[in-house]
Amino acid sequence: MMAPTNSSIPQQLPPKLFDARCNACWFVLAMLALVIASFWSLDLQWAQFLSWQAFSKMGRFLGELFPPNVEPAFLKKLGFATLETLAMSALGTLLAVVLGLVLALPASKSHADDPAHWRGLTRLVLNALRSIPELVWAAMLLITVGLGPFAGTLALALHTAGVLGRLFAEAIENAPAGPGFALRTRGVGEGRVFIYATLPQILPQLLSYTLYRWENNIRAAAVLGVVGAGGLGQMLAYHLGLFQMQETSSVLMAMLLLVALVDTLSYVSRKLLER
Amino acid sequence: MPIARVTPPELRDPAWLGRVFSWLAAAVVLWPLLVLSEFKPGQLFEPGALKPTLHFLADFFPPKTDVDFLAMVVRETWRTVAIATAGLTLAMVLAIPLTLLSVRVLSISALSGRMAWLPSVLRQAIRGVLIVLRSVPELVWALVFVRIVGLGPTSGVLAIALTYGGMLGKVYADILESGDAHASQTLLRNGSGRLQAFFYALLPQTAAELTSYTVYRWECAIRSSAVLGFVGAGGLGQQMDSSMKMFNGSEVGTMLLVFMLLVWLADKVSAWLRKGLG
Repeated sequence: MMAPTNSSIPQQLPPKLFDARCNACWFVLAMLALVIASFWSLDLQWAQFLSWQAFSKMGRFLGELFPPNVEPAFLKKLGFATLETLAMSALGTLLAVVLGLVLALPASKSHADDPAHWRGLTRLVLNALRSIPELVWAAMLLITVGLGPFAGTLALALHTAGVLGRLFAEAIENAPAGPGFALRTRGVGEGRVFIYATLPQILPQLLSYTLYRWENNIRAAAVLGVVGAGGLGQMLAYHLGLFQMQETSSVLMAMLLLVALVDTLSYVSRKLLER
Repeated sequence: MPIARVTPPELRDPAWLGRVFSWLAAAVVLWPLLVLSEFKPGQLFEPGALKPTLHFLADFFPPKTDVDFLAMVVRETWRTVAIATAGLTLAMVLAIPLTLLSVRVLSISALSGRMAWLPSVLRQAIRGVLIVLRSVPELVWALVFVRIVGLGPTSGVLAIALTYGGMLGKVYADILESGDAHASQTLLRNGSGRLQAFFYALLPQTAAELTSYTVYRWECAIRSSAVLGFVGAGGLGQQMDSSMKMFNGSEVGTMLLVFMLLVWLADKVSAWLRKGLG
């Protein structure tokens, strides 16, 4: 809150949105144009979607979801797929930490005299890894490793390595320079400077980034399977494709439960850590 | 006096037991993960897998650049942006009324002590609806809508509208409630309507923040609309999926480059707009 300089102004008003230059007007106009152009060019089938036929189809669809399949044999399969999803996310994140750290070292300028020749190139690689979504990675990896959770694990690892690598590089660059400088002036090599000076300082930050990404990756791993990359998503795509709606509804419920559980755990642990 | 130690004290490692234990524990945890995710790195280098991969990757260069194909890519890229924009617009149409209904600061009964039970239950119910909307991933919504309305952008737009509607509704409500409630309370106490209190007290304080968050979500929607194409919801993703199924590396190469450019551009535009909003 800025203190008012003139005592006759009792309170600071928020800045005007529509001022004389009116940047906001242009912004609103551009947005309106974009929205109209989008709806106009997409030939959305509203008539079909809002037709009686679509409604009855949707009603039938929802009706078929009940009752969910709760046979023990199926539930066992479902539990296994859930474990598979968790394993994919955990292992994918772990691989991403290793790969991200390996890439973060050349991607960071760790001290003032560091030439950092590879900084630009590795940052480009990290950006490329990051900007391709997990699902696209998974679809491409299916060509190499075939259907199954391994493709999903690698896809998560590659995308997350891009995300974590960048965050790690920033953490390394922002670490206090003192301890590293002290070791370096005594002729300690760069590798040991990293292990004994930089790493201990940034370790809590690395851990919190990693846990945050793991949380994201559990959510991602649950749906990644729809292209065939294992876990709950693969089961969903399989049963939905065969119109086995009762199985589909069980898989959907397992998915929602998993996401809700992760959300709750993350919320609770954040609250505990804040206290 | 037995002299058991041969190790000189400066080489003695007091932490070795703990270290061995943590390595063992890590192995015990890691093993089931490796088994469950069918982790076989050897698979990557089998000749049966390596050859099509190398072939596919070699096809990436040069990316396909003939005019017809590029025109198609540009058209599909626009469709990806359009799906994201239309989806986000519908999400706002969904989120704004739900937000207004669920915000606690616009409750009149809460002005004097506790909120009455009916509005309180209503607000909780709407929050529940928002939670359900956003906890179903957009990809799952898209799969479901592809079943109902068929392949094409309609299912992508609807999927984004529902998931993002839930996200926007929740964050809008959080932003409105984090602001200073003094002005809106004063208006409500003096007999103004809820909508008046919203437009004259809440909105002016939070308009910049609300817009900034919406722009950020628009950027996310572009990314996810490209992904939604993989389940048949139109746009760049659908073309990428079909090219991958045909092992056409050069087409995939071009589309990946265009996609990365699109993400980069959306990131820059959104950062620029949000900076302008302050």
